[in-house]
Amino acid sequence: MKKINFILNGEKRQIYVEASDILLEVLRQKMGLTSPKCGCDNGDCGACTIILNGKSVRSCLIFAIEIDGMEILTVEGLSKNGMTPLQESLLTHNSFQCGYCAPGMILSATELLKVNPKPSVEEIKECIAGNLCRCTGYQPIIDAITDLTK
Amino acid sequence: MENYKYIGQSVQKIDGKEKVTGAALYTDDLEFGPDLLYAEIVESTHAHAFIKNIDTSRAEEIPDVLAVVTGKDFPFKFGLYMKDRFIFAQDRVRFYGEQVAAVIARTPKAAKLGAKNIRVNYQPIDAVIKQLDSIKEDAELLHPDLENYVHVPWFFPKDKTNIAHHRKIRKGDMDKAFSEADHIFEEQYEVPRYSHCAIEPHAAVAKFDLSGRLTVWASSQSPHTQRHIFAEALSFMGIRHNDVRVIAPHVGGGFGSKAGVTMEIIAAAIATKYPGHPIKIIWNREREFFNTYQRPGVITKLKMGVKNDGTITALKHELFWDAGAYVEYAANVVNAVGLSAMGPYKVDNVQIDSYCIYTNLPPTGPYRGFGYSEFLFGLESLITQVAHKLNIDPVKIRRINAIKEGDTLAYGAHMNPNGLHQCIDKVAKEIEWDKKESSPHKNKVIGKGFSLFWKAPAMPPNASSACFLKFNEDASINILVSGMDIGQGYLTVMAQIAGEILSINPNKIRVENPDTDRNPYEWQTVASHITWSCGNAVKNAALNAKNQILELVARCKYLPIDTLFLEDEKVKCTTKANFELDLKDFIITGLQMEDGTFKGGPIIASGTFMPQFTSTKANPETGQGGHPNVHYTVGAAALKLEIDTETGKMKILKAVEAIDGGKILNPSLAKGQIIGGLLQGISTVLYEDMRFDHRGKMLNPNFTDYKIPTALDIPDEIVPILVEVAQPDGPFGARGIGEHPMIPAAPMIANAIEDALGIRIKSMPITAEKLCLAILNSSKTNINNK
Repeated sequence: MKKINFILNGEKRQIYVEASDILLEVLRQKMGLTSPKCGCDNGDCGACTIILNGKSVRSCLIFAIEIDGMEILTVEGLSKNGMTPLQESLLTHNSFQCGYCAPGMILSATELLKVNPKPSVEEIKECIAGNLCRCTGYQPIIDAITDLTK
Repeated sequence: MENYKYIGQSVQKIDGKEKVTGAALYTDDLEFGPDLLYAEIVESTHAHAFIKNIDTSRAEEIPDVLAVVTGKDFPFKFGLYMKDRFIFAQDRVRFYGEQVAAVIARTPKAAKLGAKNIRVNYQPIDAVIKQLDSIKEDAELLHPDLENYVHVPWFFPKDKTNIAHHRKIRKGDMDKAFSEADHIFEEQYEVPRYSHCAIEPHAAVAKFDLSGRLTVWASSQSPHTQRHIFAEALSFMGIRHNDVRVIAPHVGGGFGSKAGVTMEIIAAAIATKYPGHPIKIIWNREREFFNTYQRPGVITKLKMGVKNDGTITALKHELFWDAGAYVEYAANVVNAVGLSAMGPYKVDNVQIDSYCIYTNLPPTGPYRGFGYSEFLFGLESLITQVAHKLNIDPVKIRRINAIKEGDTLAYGAHMNPNGLHQCIDKVAKEIEWDKKESSPHKNKVIGKGFSLFWKAPAMPPNASSACFLKFNEDASINILVSGMDIGQGYLTVMAQIAGEILSINPNKIRVENPDTDRNPYEWQTVASHITWSCGNAVKNAALNAKNQILELVARCKYLPIDTLFLEDEKVKCTTKANFELDLKDFIITGLQMEDGTFKGGPIIASGTFMPQFTSTKANPETGQGGHPNVHYTVGAAALKLEIDTETGKMKILKAVEAIDGGKILNPSLAKGQIIGGLLQGISTVLYEDMRFDHRGKMLNPNFTDYKIPTALDIPDEIVPILVEVAQPDGPFGARGIGEHPMIPAAPMIANAIEDALGIRIKSMPITAEKLCLAILNSSKTNINNK
């Protein structure tokens, strides 16, 4: 067991982890944050996406021990002070159906809009191409993001 | 059309905020405390083998392993339509990956280690992998005691064969019709298996408490049906239905995979062997591919008689389904197709033989479209081929034959009101059917493809829905129903229906996923019937509540009830302009009379719905005489496809889909179904390609090797068109549309390829690789000029 320190959704946290503990499992089981989901455990589906030091990453592919000293943002943190304009837009467009991919999709798009507030449709598609959605055909998600760039 | 306040409006999803804030909880997100245990299964490593013995001793010695459960613990069958499954394999395994045993442990790691240490001794038997081999006389029987299996009365298994069900339709005079036809066309098509690929894998947690109460939390489309099957399967322990409680949180996608019962019964059963602790089972992505349901594969043989003018005189349709090792649900897919494989056409002479065939591949079952995508690939391909051969426009031949209200169906009943011809016209116009198009790029060609589609809900004739409705002090409402919102927006639409009748904004109505202890009965959320069926139950409950409210006001205020109405959370009167009573002032507390007493009380209402005109009683040799389907939803679709003739790569430049949903209750959600469903259909043609080895082991059970589309793979443009010919017995005239959007995708693409290249592909999928090889093999030299 090793002690790691990190910032989770703005709060300083300290926990003990095994070298083999996967970050996704630690977030869900030890930290009680359930918005990152497990869809494939293989880095394919993007449902476990979180923002680590400002960049979107797949938490199922990262060992918890690697994040010592880093900063993590999940959708719980993003929504702390109310919904962001992105979340509002996704809500009014009825963008999601089952919603399982939503947390990961939202974080990928959040990262994009931070570095590129006026992305083209192609840039939006490229950005969320790592987040699989089986319900929506993606178009209502793309529309909601595009609306924010107008 | 009536002027509605909430019906027909693109109301925001009532569970939308939960989903965009991460608040929505799915089964694996629920907290069960430090006593939660974990289970891991042991999988068969043969597609077909006898189990000689199972040695659990080494597993039992591993620290933190608490119990091992095998088939011996549960020696009885279960199944939805046909009891042909065991919870764990008994004397033999019938597919690669079948559950043989389970290990219950304190940690997931110990459970996995325990499962690895269970030794199963097998004696292999010949595995039957292909369905046409399985029906040969000398084929190894998968279920030698098939004749003893319990099944619904509309199934016809063939003893001492691998045919679990044979649905026959005989209508008209085939010999005469073929002899009178000017042309006869015969073709064969093949559609392989597919996987649902919901992003949330199956998950179940079960606790059998020390008082004998079984609670199961499951990602489910069918909480009440699961409760029923668990209670039936465990009845030997003295468990009654009300001892079993199924709680269904949010579902991360279903598409049929979470209907009926699959892995959830493992959780329910093993919990009874280790009472007092919640036990969790989560399927990994591999098992999600090969141990839930797959979509069955099919080989179809079609023979069509046609007049010179394009009129279809006869259709013979044989369907050989690869239904897998267990068909307790798939046999009803086969049945549904048997009833409907004449497609959305008026055909007076029809012969259909739909065979449900056991094979040593994973079990198949319901998948969005319920067999209709599969048979329409052949039928809609053939009709286009016929049109080309007779030199008739493919849209015109469809207009000539497309079914109309009152036409006779394959089983003898009559077609419901529908807007199929409107759909054809609107799609042809939007896709500019008459305009030939060419690509500005060298090596690229453009083709257009057209397809009709239809589908009826496939359900028992007495499948029913129920609703409880209760008011709160502020005139907000809680509605309790047991359908599942699997993303389609069902909860929102139920709020709209009640809101319309009670004149209360749907955002003041809470409708949530069910708990079978609290919420009334619902059969299952399948068959695109939930808006129609449960919508009627909610409508009846709301009408019941409205009647209670108006009756109370009439009695206490001495007003004729027929002058009272509800508007914006108030009771008003048509003859007294100044009269109004706020619901919140009396909906719980009652109305005070002049003498100080109160009348009334909390308004609670209920409503139920069951179709009372359906019947599966029919002649088994002809299929005539019953009324198995409640109605059909119809539509038309077309697309414009760009093909790179050097690589075979295809790009959909535009897709148009029109669907007649009766009264569309929420256009935003209906369009969402079209756009999402169409991509799921396109994916089965262009990307998904399931592979097995010769031993029946699935080779690509992951998203790296079994591709589903990303945001970069979508059509450039999708135009959804909503046609509204009311369903007379639907809530506000609505009928279901959930499954239908994906159905026409495959024939549409095959037809567009033929339009562009003159090449006809008769098997799915149609990947770039397959098309490229077909182009190379084609004798056509001038494809770029076509």
